Amino acid sequence: MNVIEAIGLGKRYGSTWALRGCALAIPAGHVAALVGPNGAGKTTLLNLAVGLTAPTEGMVTVFDGWPAGSPAALDGIAFVAQDAPLYRNLSVADMLHLTRNLNRRFDQGYAEARLGQLGIPMGRRAGNLSGGQQAQLALTLALARRPRLLVLDEPMAMLDPLARHDFMAAVMAAVADGGVSVVLSSHVLAELERVADYLVLITSGSVQVAGEVDDLLACHRVLTGPAAEAGSYAQRLDVVNARRGGAQVHLLVRTNGRSGSAPPGWEEHPVSLEELALAYLREPGAAALPGPSRARAVEPAEVTNWQR
Amino acid sequence: MTIDKEISPADSRVGVAPSDAADADGPASAVPGPASPIEFRLDSGSGVPTYLQLVQQVEHALRLGYLKPGDQLPKVRDVVASLAINPNTVLKAYRELETKGLAAGRPGQGTFIQATLNHVALPELTELRRSLLGWLATADATGLDEDGMVALFTSALRGFRERRGAASGDSESVA
Repeated sequence: MNVIEAIGLGKRYGSTWALRGCALAIPAGHVAALVGPNGAGKTTLLNLAVGLTAPTEGMVTVFDGWPAGSPAALDGIAFVAQDAPLYRNLSVADMLHLTRNLNRRFDQGYAEARLGQLGIPMGRRAGNLSGGQQAQLALTLALARRPRLLVLDEPMAMLDPLARHDFMAAVMAAVADGGVSVVLSSHVLAELERVADYLVLITSGSVQVAGEVDDLLACHRVLTGPAAEAGSYAQRLDVVNARRGGAQVHLLVRTNGRSGSAPPGWEEHPVSLEELALAYLREPGAAALPGPSRARAVEPAEVTNWQR
Repeated sequence: MTIDKEISPADSRVGVAPSDAADADGPASAVPGPASPIEFRLDSGSGVPTYLQLVQQVEHALRLGYLKPGDQLPKVRDVVASLAINPNTVLKAYRELETKGLAAGRPGQGTFIQATLNHVALPELTELRRSLLGWLATADATGLDEDGMVALFTSALRGFRERRGAASGDSESVA
């Protein structure tokens, strides 16, 4: 099952396309990271997926075919927007009361137990909680709805390191408990490395890379060798990005599973998620997308050629 | 996602037991009940994949005697809640330990140490050391300094590990 599927999805604000020709299928059971530069369209895509805004063209569905924003879709999705919006003047208890009454399903016992363990007082006004507590409260309200899909937009942007860790630990524990898929956006690559097992890279309004992290890492390598030979290998290999010095060059290549293909005198290294994402972000023309079986309506886009 | 046997039914889903969410509080909260003898840590600067760090820490603990057969490894949910990592990463590490014959999952209970690491016998170690010293002498004669030797060894080891990883990695694709 795909938790989010987009076909030819586009959103225009005024004369500017925030998202265009977006094709995507995020399978269930993953923690999917939506990564891209500021203004790439991450928030727009998430808002479309949760039904907060309507597409200008194309369509987006959730849970295999339910239109985003339809009652069935909304019932299964919990969304925590940027900076964890809460009613600042309501007490924690009132926030729970409100959320329970606005939703068909709400696990009051779970929410109270969890807030108790976090030491968040029920009588405190939401606006008087610390940033970390506000984020945890927003997360608790979301999880108490027992969603099948948890969508988090830049959930940790405002948090200090300890609060970030605790927040993400809580999300991961919810995943371990089973039944919930997670889609989260961030531009802090380093903190996604430990949590994401599915990567969606968005640049200037369209999807550039999508796939399981293990697959992506397995089919990319960094080859380091003499700069003079780089040109000849660049024609034979799928080079995503090259970083060169006077004598030495690092080529980030798509090996497509053929490992140990380093030419004599070249060294082959595995890539980290961060290295891989940076390489693609530096080369907006390159793409790594799943074939049509994984995401219908995605053309089997192959890596665009690199020649420079 | 589906979490396999390593998470005991008591831990999962419905009716969150008080002890559960307490762990989500972070690394500071003590784990109640029978805890594992070891606690994992992560070195994000090491460049070693997270799952491999967990595997190596178990192996290390076995070599040093912190873990012995019959000991329970930390529960997946506890690891996840204290390190803030993806549960699949922990499952992958535990699968790897099972593949190596070092650990075994017990349905509904968790993953337990099954074997101890084969210790290399002393004569063999001595022999390995002798051949390494020979290699070092050759490298020295060639003009390689200590850092150069370390770099070369590390590079060769990485290549060796990678080839071995690629050979065994294919068989354990996610169910």
